[in-house]
Amino acid sequence: MAFDKLELNEIEVWDGNYAAAQALRQAQVDVVSAYPITPSTAIVEGYAKFKSDNLVEGEFVMVESEHAAMSGCIGAAAAGGRVATATASQGLALMAETLYQASGMRLPIVLNIVNRALAAPLNVNCDHSDMYMVRDSGWIQFDAFSPQEAYDLNLIAFRVSEDHEVRLPAIVNQDGFLTSHTAQGVHTLSDDAAFNFVGEYKPMNDMLDFEHPVTHGVQTEEDWHFEHKARQHADTMNIVPGKIDEVFAEFEKLTGRKYNQVEKYNMDDADVAVVCMGTSVETAREVAGEMREKGIKAGVVGLRVVRPFPFMEIAETLKDVKAVAALDRSAPGGAAGMLFNEIAGSLFNTDSKMLLSGYIYGLGGRDLTKKHLVDLYTELQANADAGKLLTKQQQFIGVRGPKLAFL
Amino acid sequence: MANTGWDEFEIGAMLRTFEGEAGDIAGTLQEDRHYTQNSSFTASVADWRLIKPVFNKDYCIDCQFCWVYCPDISIISRDKKMIGIDMDHCKGCGICVEVCPTNPKSLLMFPEQADEETEIARWPSKEEKEK
Repeated sequence: MAFDKLELNEIEVWDGNYAAAQALRQAQVDVVSAYPITPSTAIVEGYAKFKSDNLVEGEFVMVESEHAAMSGCIGAAAAGGRVATATASQGLALMAETLYQASGMRLPIVLNIVNRALAAPLNVNCDHSDMYMVRDSGWIQFDAFSPQEAYDLNLIAFRVSEDHEVRLPAIVNQDGFLTSHTAQGVHTLSDDAAFNFVGEYKPMNDMLDFEHPVTHGVQTEEDWHFEHKARQHADTMNIVPGKIDEVFAEFEKLTGRKYNQVEKYNMDDADVAVVCMGTSVETAREVAGEMREKGIKAGVVGLRVVRPFPFMEIAETLKDVKAVAALDRSAPGGAAGMLFNEIAGSLFNTDSKMLLSGYIYGLGGRDLTKKHLVDLYTELQANADAGKLLTKQQQFIGVRGPKLAFL
Repeated sequence: MANTGWDEFEIGAMLRTFEGEAGDIAGTLQEDRHYTQNSSFTASVADWRLIKPVFNKDYCIDCQFCWVYCPDISIISRDKKMIGIDMDHCKGCGICVEVCPTNPKSLLMFPEQADEETEIARWPSKEEKEK
């Protein structure tokens, strides 16, 4: 091959951004078309450095906006290349229109989103508003809780996304700054092992196949649009979850690291549980352990796959729990919060008598401390003992001023 | 296509232009190409048209400008001779008329319902250059 390989140590000290960049390098992406935005800049910066060091063979396309970045990715993917990029927050908002093009055209693209608050007011720190904004865009969405997972999930995302039965683009989320800029020990795969896992890219119906010309991005109007969207939804609901489990299992065989669509912690006999995403999962796990010592049977559910939402598994996991808190790290904008709604939707037609409350936390980088979670578990236990919600259904954690509660 | 179910479409809202391999497309006449039933070739856009181009071969110099500029390949030309217009795929944009260099123009736009023979009989005469 024309490019050089990199000798990695078994454990490297990487932050989430660099881990993602390394995964893109090892997957030997053909085209990265990107526009830098905080806090995801270091991903494409890292990739560009690999390019200049002759460690990758692919093209790096510099564009004038995130809209153009994703458009470039779509063009390259339709032409028949392995494609990836990264963005966050306002950049993702600018990309939003093109995300629907990518998923509707069933193009496998891997997009790293480094979760960050949406302005106004302007803020570069972590919350999940950007992830929530594009949750219905038809992309598969993974959520990484640490740099290790950002690295692993990128490799996994290529496998799931490029599968010929799936052919849907995939997002890998990681928490802005909390994961993206916090260096930790990351267990690596050798370049060969990683590339063998991801596999040689086999395009389907690519535009550069001149013997079999095809039209991409056709106009459908009322004649076929509904059918195509129905097909896309059916494939996402029917095929993708099984494929994700398959790739997770294969990844475990290769590395020993086990991923689940729903990451359960102390859930076998839990009375009270929190459901959350991103770095909060780790904090919640630690607090749940401490609550156990105090006699409160606390558990944590971390959501590894945001889309397609693992309805069945969530319902199965939570069916015997007495009180559950859904932790949404996004300004609800006049609703109950995505996690609250999805969990309610998972359980509504089951026999579960669970008490569900929603909490809004950590907006714009506000910390979620262990103290917050201790209070939260205590409140959940009180609800469970009383057999009813003692507070309103929606509350806010860590906001200054008088207590806010709704619904 | 009209009654095809959601599970029968090729995924990705993608259309194949030809049945099988494309082969020597440039050297094959449109009517001899193996277009698929769901390519735009079989989709008529005639009902988009409010005005239509009428071709008067008396003035045509076969310069091929209209053939070159037509955005929908709706000008039919054989051996570099202009023959007529593919009315299934012409949507009436009038670009062919704009680019026609003859005097008077050999292509003019008329209302969709106009009778071609009548209009050709009343074709405008040569415009005098203003001095």
